[in-house]
Amino acid sequence: MSSDSTKKTIFVALGVCFVCSVLVSTTAVSLNSIQKNNQKREKLKNILAAGDLLQKETTIEKTYQTNIDPVVIDIGSGKLLREDGVPPDLNIQNFDLKDVSKDPRLSETIPPDEDIANIKRRPKYMVVYRVMEGDSVSKYILPIYGKGLWSTMYGFIALDDDLRTIRGFTFYDHGETPGLGGEVDNPKWKQTWEGKMAFDQNRQLRIQVLKGSVDPSDPNSKFKVDGLSGSTLTTRGVDQLVRYWLGENGYGPFFDYLREEKS
Amino acid sequence: MKKYKDVLFDPIFNNNPIGRQILGICSALAVTSKLETSIVMSMAVIFVLSFSNLSVSMIRKHIPNNIRIIVEMTIIASLVIIADQIIKAYAFDISKQLSVYVGLIITNCIIMGRAEAFALQNPPVVSFIDGIGNGLGYSFVLLVVGFFRELLGSGQLLGYQVLKLSTDGGWYVQNGLFLLSPSAFFLIGFMIWVIRTWKPEQVEEE
Repeated sequence: MSSDSTKKTIFVALGVCFVCSVLVSTTAVSLNSIQKNNQKREKLKNILAAGDLLQKETTIEKTYQTNIDPVVIDIGSGKLLREDGVPPDLNIQNFDLKDVSKDPRLSETIPPDEDIANIKRRPKYMVVYRVMEGDSVSKYILPIYGKGLWSTMYGFIALDDDLRTIRGFTFYDHGETPGLGGEVDNPKWKQTWEGKMAFDQNRQLRIQVLKGSVDPSDPNSKFKVDGLSGSTLTTRGVDQLVRYWLGENGYGPFFDYLREEKS
Repeated sequence: MKKYKDVLFDPIFNNNPIGRQILGICSALAVTSKLETSIVMSMAVIFVLSFSNLSVSMIRKHIPNNIRIIVEMTIIASLVIIADQIIKAYAFDISKQLSVYVGLIITNCIIMGRAEAFALQNPPVVSFIDGIGNGLGYSFVLLVVGFFRELLGSGQLLGYQVLKLSTDGGWYVQNGLFLLSPSAFFLIGFMIWVIRTWKPEQVEEE
């Protein structure tokens, strides 16, 4: 049979596809658990990075164990749930925003006019990470997510105990263009968030990500963060997701709850 | 034996895929800002190139001519996915730095070029060795470029501080140009010049 006959062409095409797909899926399946583990570690690392706790001397797991106290909150009411109030489906240690926001029991749709972060669904319960210094909380690390240009970006924002000052900002999962929107991973840019004020004295949400850079002489510069050049849409996505999650429909009720607790 | 040796070592200096054939420049610019990423990228390319040459050569007498390129692409793409998955599992931090460039090995002209130019005409073993040889040629350029870019750009080698930076109270003033892709162009150009001065027979006739 000649190699160019129709029969042989189809046979070779199917054969190559079959062998290749078996090889690819075997590798993907057998390495899946290791990759999942890597991603989990990556997330822990980002929680610590947002809380400025990354140290070279100890392992990530150990630092996490000693400094971080994860708690569950009810997003709608902002209340902290006690251990017995946590829904059984919710896994605090392995809380995964991607899974939870798809789970109909643990999430709800957002009305389109409120959905400025373009995420369609949000969890009813959220695990927030408290950074402990002795017995008191020094920072809150809050999971945030929202749509960038190509992908949903998942990250953390750390707020000081005063609930106004931003202490850290990082994304642990996104699919933005490397070199442009992907610069949300740039450590220098992430550092510019530190010390910015999310709210003013009247508890108005003021933080915004600009298109372009912040004029340092502007009296309101502490409420403004540089945009990333060459990635207007990713920058807009970051701006919107931060304002969504820090706003009334995001962690707003939780902040109110904390303030009430304190006073 | 001599033939195998030539096939293996020729692509390093005499017929370097980047230096002589000017293939695969894109990734050579993108991943060489550090030595570590250059090493991992080199290993991935050697793996993909040798096994794609081997597989294409094994079925070379059965590949119908009209779907030749598609069959080659399928094999190459599968190997690249496997390499990418392995890197993601065992070298997660590096895989994040390499980002899309491992996936882009699929479009690296060296691999397609060797499958077409060599593996389709030669038996499997010598094709496999040709793959390793060309992979080594590519790696050689990547490692040299990565070495100079990391050393001159950040004063480090494999993450260890070699030259003490002036920002840390040392004497070496960082050359930021070497952290940016265009510097790889200068370095590769420089390497091509050195190789062609050393081996004038590579200079193209005008």
